[in-house]
Amino acid sequence: MSLPDGVERRTFDGRERLATRGQPVYGEPTDGPWRLWDAGRSKLGAMLELDMGVGLDGDDGVLYLGAASGTTVSHVADFAGPTYAVEFAPRPTRDLVEVAEDRPNLFPLLKDARKPETYAHVVESGLDAVVQDVATRGQARVAARNRQFLHDDGRLLAAIKARSEDVTADPDDVFEDVLATLRDAYEVLETARLDRYHDDHLAVVAQPKTTD
Amino acid sequence: MTSRPSTDAGWFVGDDVRDAIENGSADGPADWPARAVDAGFADDEGDYYDRLHEATVDATRAAVQARERADDQQLVHAVRSMDDAERTANELAERVAEWAGALFEDVDTGVDGAREVAARDPETDAERRAVSLAQRVADLADEAEDCRAFVERTAPAVAPNLSRMAGPVLAARLIALAGGLGDLAKKPSGTVQVLGAEDALFAHLSGRAPSPKHGVIYTHDYVRHTRSEDRGSAARALAGKLSIAARIDHYAGDIRPDLHEELDDRIATIRARADS
Repeated sequence: MSLPDGVERRTFDGRERLATRGQPVYGEPTDGPWRLWDAGRSKLGAMLELDMGVGLDGDDGVLYLGAASGTTVSHVADFAGPTYAVEFAPRPTRDLVEVAEDRPNLFPLLKDARKPETYAHVVESGLDAVVQDVATRGQARVAARNRQFLHDDGRLLAAIKARSEDVTADPDDVFEDVLATLRDAYEVLETARLDRYHDDHLAVVAQPKTTD
Repeated sequence: MTSRPSTDAGWFVGDDVRDAIENGSADGPADWPARAVDAGFADDEGDYYDRLHEATVDATRAAVQARERADDQQLVHAVRSMDDAERTANELAERVAEWAGALFEDVDTGVDGAREVAARDPETDAERRAVSLAQRVADLADEAEDCRAFVERTAPAVAPNLSRMAGPVLAARLIALAGGLGDLAKKPSGTVQVLGAEDALFAHLSGRAPSPKHGVIYTHDYVRHTRSEDRGSAARALAGKLSIAARIDHYAGDIRPDLHEELDDRIATIRARADS
């Protein structure tokens, strides 16, 4: 599986690592215009490292749910087109705004991903990808509610956190439940455990279910 | 007053785009870039995205500032700083006691001991370092006291009923544990009862321990000074009234004396069990 245009494997400290071109934001190592995209700090980065078919292309329109301080979304904005970043907590959003300031295609929004009607007047329809990394209960419902922003061939790229659904249950049971709910709105194309990089997370690549 | 666009319009319709981004809504998304160009808001797609960037960065920065400056957030920072400063002062005081104890006679432990060391006249290089470190401990302890004074001043303004019922410091701790007054107001009283006892709660949920009876509300007299057989009942009664107090403070803000009397009566009833 090839990487999206604008993402490359470069050598940092003798190892092949992911990198994008853009302004450094959190003191990450750089190599000329390229800056390291650390899969251990980014679930989407981990999905790319694991060669999942994320179906991303350079200049894609992206809605990023759970942008936090903007670590991952800064890399997305480096290679993608219009990138909408939704984050609910004020403190990390303060950093996210700083990250967005230097990136004309990154639009920060202090919104609750569970309530898309509060940002549907800003975020455009027909996007190529929804990236979801929200640490809230009901992650499958969040994905379903945000399906409206995708075009029919768009992709949901979700990192499902088991502990957010139920801290005591076996992660495998949690993932099964989440996937079952997710299948109401999406066709699940691929899943993979991210344990190598992030404990108890399941990466999901899915496509909107069409009615016909 | 700004005109609020209807629910099928984009953020760019209306005369205050910052307000529209923050408070507007729509039933669903649309091809906003094309619509904005059609409406004459932007010259072309590139121009639209430039304006969207400027508007979202502005509006979101303003929204973050407003949320972060809300007084309950100042209270949260202050009570956490107070705890950090106190804990660090105690930790460093142990180091001072060890070091100064090797240099001087009669060195007491704790922050008070460090204050005595800080008042000494050092003669050697090593003594200068130990006395200087002791001075930092004294300063940190003073800072913790100042933070506490700030909390005691601020909490009654932010959460009058909660502060009256729990005392300003415990009120601030509950708000900090919940993340804010609004968050605390939305929590069920069973959650308020065990705020601060998360480790014990998770141990219980995993089936390894009995359910915790109380979290930080243990520091309240009504829990601590009730005999242990009745402590669970007292904690439950207190948590129930505390969560009502938080809701009144968040949604209304006036003092309700009845609420406080009801709690006093209830605790008196629980404690009377000990006499029967």
